[in-house]
This record gives sequence, C-alpha cells and structure tokens, in this order.
Amino acid sequence: MKAIIKYISSIFKALKSLFRGMAVTGHYISHPKEIITQQYPENRETLKMFDMFRGEVVLTHNERNEHRCTGCSACEVACPNGSIEIISKRIEMPDGKKKKVIDKFVYHLSMCTFCNLCILSCPTDAIKMSQDFEHAVFDRSQLTKVLNKTGSKLMEGVR
Amino acid sequence: MYDFKSLTDSIHTSLSAGLSPIMVTIIEFVIIAFAFMILFTLLGLILVYAERKICAFFQLRLGPMRVGKWGMAQTAADAVKLIFKEPLVTKNADKFLFNLAPFIIILSTFLALGAMPFAKGLHALDFDIGVLYLTAVSSIGVIGILIAGWSSDNKYSLIGAMRSGAQVVSYELSVGLSLLTVVVLAGSLQFSEIIASQEAGWWIFRGHIPALIAFVIFMIAGTAETTRGPFDLPEAESELTAGFHTEYSGLKFAFFFLAEFVNMFIIAGIGATVFLGGWMPFHIGNWEGFNRVMDFIPPLFWFFGKVTFLIFLMMWFKWTFPRLRIDQLLRLEWKYLLPINLVNILVMAFIVLKGWQF
Repeated sequence: MKAIIKYISSIFKALKSLFRGMAVTGHYISHPKEIITQQYPENRETLKMFDMFRGEVVLTHNERNEHRCTGCSACEVACPNGSIEIISKRIEMPDGKKKKVIDKFVYHLSMCTFCNLCILSCPTDAIKMSQDFEHAVFDRSQLTKVLNKTGSKLMEGVR
Repeated sequence: MYDFKSLTDSIHTSLSAGLSPIMVTIIEFVIIAFAFMILFTLLGLILVYAERKICAFFQLRLGPMRVGKWGMAQTAADAVKLIFKEPLVTKNADKFLFNLAPFIIILSTFLALGAMPFAKGLHALDFDIGVLYLTAVSSIGVIGILIAGWSSDNKYSLIGAMRSGAQVVSYELSVGLSLLTVVVLAGSLQFSEIIASQEAGWWIFRGHIPALIAFVIFMIAGTAETTRGPFDLPEAESELTAGFHTEYSGLKFAFFFLAEFVNMFIIAGIGATVFLGGWMPFHIGNWEGFNRVMDFIPPLFWFFGKVTFLIFLMMWFKWTFPRLRIDQLLRLEWKYLLPINLVNILVMAFIVLKGWQF
C-alpha cells in the first residue's frame, strides 16, 4: 500500500517540478525586454561597458592639459611583463632647483594583460583603465602608445 | 465550410476528359508528390527558423538576426550551404547502407505526411485504418537511424543508433495506446471519421480526465519518438558528438535534419487531429450561434493553428527540461507511462461502455 502511495505521489511531484521549470522558461519567453543579447556594431553609439571593465591604460589629463604623473615609475616596476616604460627628464625650475618630470609615458598595448597592477600601484592616481575596447589596428607599431599629450605638464600640488 | 473535395474532383474530371485512367492516376500521383515535396521543404525552412528563434527567446537571446530582416533568410542560406557542401563518406563505411539510410528516414516521413488531414477533403490517403497506418509508418524511421549508425563505422554513431532503437521501440507503445484511448471514444481508426466525430466538441474536452491523461502521455511519448527535446539521447551532442548522423555531411545530413523537424510536425499533426479535432473548428455542444461564428475561420487555419501550438509546446519541453539518462528514459516508459496508459484505456473503455462522455 505504502509503495502505491509513493508511486502516485512521485508522479505528482515530478509533474509539479516540471511545471515549475516550464514557468521559468515561460516567464523568459513572455518578457522579451529582458533579452540580454546586444547587437554590437549597430548599438555602438549607445553601448556602455560595465564600470570595472579594463579596456586600456590611459593617463588622465584635465582641461588645462595637466596630468598627475610624477614619473616615480612605480607602475613600471609593478608591471609583470614590461608594458610600461617611463622616460623621464630633468628640468630646471624657476627657483634654480632641478626636478624630475616625465618626458614620455610609453605604453605597449600589445604586451599588456590588463591585470590592473599598475593602476593599483600608482601613488597619485594618475592612470586608470578606460572603457574603450576596439583595439584593432593595421600595424603592430600602432599598439605602442605615448600616453602623455604633447605640452602637458604636472598638475599643481601633486608630488 | 469550404470542402476541398470540390477542387480535387474538378481536377480529376478535367484530367479524365482527355486521358486514359492510368495516365490520370499517374498525373495525380505526380501532382500530389510535388505538393508534398514543396510542403516538406517549406516546413523544414520554417520550423528550423522557428526553432532557432524560440530557443533563443527561451534563453534570453535574440537568435539569428543578421541574414535578412530578423534573420528571416537564415535557414535559406543554411540550406544553400548544405547543398554545396561535399558529401564525405568514411573509409570503412558500408557505402550502400550509408547512402540508403537518409532515404529510409525521408521515406517514412513522407509516408506519414501522406495520411495527414489538412482540411476538409484535403487528405491524400484516407485509409479506414489511418491511425494504425500512421503509427506503423512513422516507426520505419528507426530502421533508417539504425542503418545510419551501423554503416558509418563510428562507435558514437553505433551507440546513438542503439539508444534510438531502444527508445523508439519502447515509446511506440505509449503513442499507440494513448491514440487507442481516443479511438475507443471515436469508434473508428479512420482519420476523417475521428475528425467528424468531434463536431460537437474536441475529444480532449469531451473525454473527461482519461482523455487529458492520454493527451499528456501522447505529448511525452511523441516527443520521445521524434528523438527530440529531453529525449534526444540518440544524438546527445555532449556525449556522442552528433550520435547517429556524426559521419553525415552535406545534403545527406540535411535529410536527417529535415526529417527530424517534419517528424515533429507529424506528431503535432496527429495530436491535433486526434485530441484537438484536426481541422474541426472549436465547437461547444449545441450552441448554434457560437459554432456558426467559429465555422467562418477556415479549416486550414484551425489545423495549422493547433499544430503550431503543439509544436510550440514541444519546443518548450526541449528548451526547459534536462536530457534524461538512458536508464531513466526506459524507466519512465516501462514503469510509469505504460501502466498509467493501460489503466487509462480501461477507464476510458468503461466510460464509453456506460456512455458517460459528453
């Protein structure tokens, strides 16, 4: 007797669980707004990557063409595969002191693994990861970038 | 309600005016064959597109979107690709059987498609043993699957073919018995009479709970018989690469692929005909006005609407449930579906004997 009750209840249990599964997929098909596929080349204008996305390293400049990089080369040391080279120079300040500033912030995108260690190691928050991910170019040499803009200088008060 | 018999009769009389009876028969055969070939191709194209789209929507994707508006021309492009692909044959394959297998499968689908009642009078083969013929013919396909698996000299193909043999032979029983439940009600094996007996209402509503149980069992067993959905063990792509059609390419693969989708249409068509009244509009007992309004919708729309609904249901099964293991598959059939079905048919016979159906 017990076996028969178990047999019959197992059928109803199975049907219940099957209907529960069908309710989930039924919800999906009846809510086309929840579709997560993005049509990439068409939605280029409106496409927004998520906040933590690591596209490429950029040196932030403000509107007066100033950056926050002091040339301490902590990022160069932190980089595990040598994607960053900091070429610094010494300039003479108006008060006669000599100061070290960056000449070129060279970034090899072709070698970068987007590990984020350079950004974490930067003491002045000069560099960050951008959202840009369309890196394809026709020549490998274009992947070596100089990140500081021409004529840019160190922001006041950053040391 | 438009009767297609007037159209077919006019074609027949205009042909027999100037030709001998044998020629008339041959020409009529050719016309019907062409009609079914066109239907077959159209069904394949539409169902593959529908499957890909619906499967995508069930998984919160968009599916094919690039070829044509909303990816409409995707299946046509796929068909062109398959036609131009090279038909490869494995080195140690049994060449004759290897080439024969897709044709046996296509043959069984065509034979089954012939017995489909599409609308009033639009019915190629109306045997007085229609249900028996259809169940017999649709199980020829498994021979094709077995031959394909055996001849392609591939262990995965062979395992897939053996699984499909076990599966189709078992589930054939449930399909037959659940159809018999309604045959008991309708009192006939002929499809046109089964449909005519549903004039006052479809059997699924009039046959109390046993008809509903039979319908559920038919849908489960029918899905298993087309080797689709949660029962796609013969081709289980994560275990057997592609099962019995691993070694097939090009047009021969397209045959297997098309046959699978048209088989789904056939199972949905049988289900619609036997349980949901085929091309018969939705009638309620003797509500004359309501029945008259329903008669304005043409029978073709009723038939294809019901079939579309059942196909959607099968796709829903496929994209919701996980695949069964072979032992679970056989346990479901022999320990659950078959005993329930036998009890169900007894209850139905008792109901009919007492005249309790509506």
